[in-house]
Amino acid sequence: MYYTVLELTQENVEGGRNLKNAKGKFVDLDTKKLDREKIDELDEYIDSLEDQKGSLIHILHKGQSLFGYLPENLQIYISRKIDIPAAKVNGVVSFYSFFTQEPRGKHTISICMGTACFVNGSDKIFNELKRELNVENNKMTEDGLFTLKDIRCVGACGLAPVVMVDDQVYGHVKVSDVSEIIKKYREED
Amino acid sequence: MSNYKAHIMICSGTSCKASESENILEAFREEIEGHDGKFKVLKTGCFGFCAQGPIVKIYPDNVYYVKVKPEDVKEIVEKHLIKGEKVERLLYEDPKDRVKLVVHDEMEFYQKQYRIALRNCGFINPENIEEYIAFSGYEALGKVLTEMTPQDVVKIVKDSGLRGRGGGGFLTGLKWELAMKSPGTEKYIICNADEGDPGAFMDRSILEGDPHSVLEAMAIGGYAIGANKGIFYIRAEYPLAIERLKIAIRQAENEGLLGKNIFNSGFDFTIEIKLGAGAFVCGEETALIHSMEGLRGEPTKKPPFPSESGYKGMPTSVNNVETYANICPIILKGSKWFSSIGAENSKGTKVFALAGKVNNVGLVEVPMGTTLREIIFEIGGGITDGKKFKAVQTGGPSGGVITEADLDTPIDYESLKAIGSMMGSGGMIVMDEDNDMVEIAKFYLDFTQDESCGKCTPCRIGTKRMYEILERLTNLEGDMDDLQKLKDLGNMIKDTALCGLGQTAPNPVLSTMRYFPQEYEAYAKREKTKSYRIDAEKCIGCTACIRVCPVNCITGKVKEAHIIDESACIACGACFTACKFGAIIKP
Repeated sequence: MYYTVLELTQENVEGGRNLKNAKGKFVDLDTKKLDREKIDELDEYIDSLEDQKGSLIHILHKGQSLFGYLPENLQIYISRKIDIPAAKVNGVVSFYSFFTQEPRGKHTISICMGTACFVNGSDKIFNELKRELNVENNKMTEDGLFTLKDIRCVGACGLAPVVMVDDQVYGHVKVSDVSEIIKKYREED
Repeated sequence: MSNYKAHIMICSGTSCKASESENILEAFREEIEGHDGKFKVLKTGCFGFCAQGPIVKIYPDNVYYVKVKPEDVKEIVEKHLIKGEKVERLLYEDPKDRVKLVVHDEMEFYQKQYRIALRNCGFINPENIEEYIAFSGYEALGKVLTEMTPQDVVKIVKDSGLRGRGGGGFLTGLKWELAMKSPGTEKYIICNADEGDPGAFMDRSILEGDPHSVLEAMAIGGYAIGANKGIFYIRAEYPLAIERLKIAIRQAENEGLLGKNIFNSGFDFTIEIKLGAGAFVCGEETALIHSMEGLRGEPTKKPPFPSESGYKGMPTSVNNVETYANICPIILKGSKWFSSIGAENSKGTKVFALAGKVNNVGLVEVPMGTTLREIIFEIGGGITDGKKFKAVQTGGPSGGVITEADLDTPIDYESLKAIGSMMGSGGMIVMDEDNDMVEIAKFYLDFTQDESCGKCTPCRIGTKRMYEILERLTNLEGDMDDLQKLKDLGNMIKDTALCGLGQTAPNPVLSTMRYFPQEYEAYAKREKTKSYRIDAEKCIGCTACIRVCPVNCITGKVKEAHIIDESACIACGACFTACKFGAIIKP
């Protein structure tokens, strides 16, 4: 990810508009905007660690479980807290598929793209999910209700193909089942 | 066990849990409440027969119920536990002669299996250390610490011929010997539980079903190489396995089987868990070590090998979960016993995660030297829906396909390599006549190019270019030249990539090109179409396809041949499955 530093006018800094990423999105680096309570919990966790720098991945796991994702200002916060360059933190965040820098929808719909599911047609179900939700992989729907995500093998190969909505597993899914599954969650809201 | 009239064992592996085994457990607890503790309900690890899950086993009758639902619980309790009659409808039915089988040993799925690594899975409660101890648990560690020197341990493991089960096939005893001989006061022993091959779940099932067997073996390995610290590197995607490991470590510490001065031998050993975060390349040992240090999981050049300079620059031995699961039986029964099982240069057994288009999806452990045909057609019960076998992929994204002609090849490290595939970690995906091999190759390449860490050029750019060529072919925009480019590029990446991931990434493409050239040519010559079509001669106009089409692109009246609008078709295949008259032509 490349960043463009914008002019440091007072307006830009206060509006959190001091950086633009490669996709043209403004990036807010203001760590003061992070939820104080969650930060306190994160601090407590970090302080309890013996080898803080070597535990960066564990700290990021904790951060993601608290905030739901790892926004840029949180990465900056962690980098300052354990004294590692922010570029290194971002390098680790972007390296591992488990970490996400984008907010997630209320429900995460995961489609298993493990081989057992693939040979049983999970790519077709994936396409149908994209069509039905009108969203690309790893993105949130406009209404903020769903995030669609392809995942590697849940290990329920006996039920292939498998779709997971949050922790609920749906096995032997057919293309025609997709709208039915999504409908259930839409109606709940 | 004698206090109870019967034990009810419920599989609580991930696959069975996904199909309500927790609710079944709860239902049993409620149902047996009024029976003065005559019965006991237990969670166990994976029985292996995932296709038939959730599975409930009743001891001491040894009755094996399959596809149990929470609403069946009442009947099992009232009929089986109280009246002593079997619930016929929940017994496994032999698909060949339609006979109901009571005991699992009679099933073809289990008959050819030989369980060493999975010895306790499905027999003990993984969350209870006492049950592990009752099955000779921690005896091997006791024997090692009180009667053997580190040299003895290395010798027995070396003599047994045990080779790394993560895929590489390096002699485990030799790895330990190198780490033992490396000078250094601080050493580490690591368990690689970053099972990244999509469609493989052997290691997870061992950790979920028998975590102590791995912990004990790590302590033995630590003693052998001179490490006082063991580290577990496990994927964050395996929450249940992580939870069970934490419980197991805590219990072992409470019993004094981990910690300071174990068995009064003066040997200290502790185990720590480190989480991965989803990166396939972290299965490579140097990448894994970097990831444990909190860095990007990028591999480095070997030498230096981890046995000289590994975690924190100290001598380190990295071994796989299944490898560890073999250690304790070797210590207790001896290297001769182990080396008497298996094939010439591949001793012991191997666990495979059998999945895909096969009837008995599940976990199987067979002696090395068993043939693929035996695994797929006897243990696996053949291909689903009576379809024709096309190929089997071993070694996951690093391996290749094996066709009908090579099905009688005995499984061992060398013979699989000779036919263009590899042992790998144990994923075994069966494909039938409906599977498009070019699409399969594209699937694997999509995986490896996505997982490529980006450090070396051949892998980073090469796999991307290969993927683009495949994309061009499947979009019917390629030509015959592309096939040659694909081959050249593949061989170049094999020769020049830095680590195992890159060096093996082209394998699925090269092996499918070798065995199914006609499928590649059909794309290159643009003989394929993108959409499904209807054979007007065969179509009787039943409207079955119209009803299932998710994009409503099929039109036609009853009793008249239907037509698919090729521009709107998303090639989902729903019509193909729905048609009973073979009138749908595949792209």
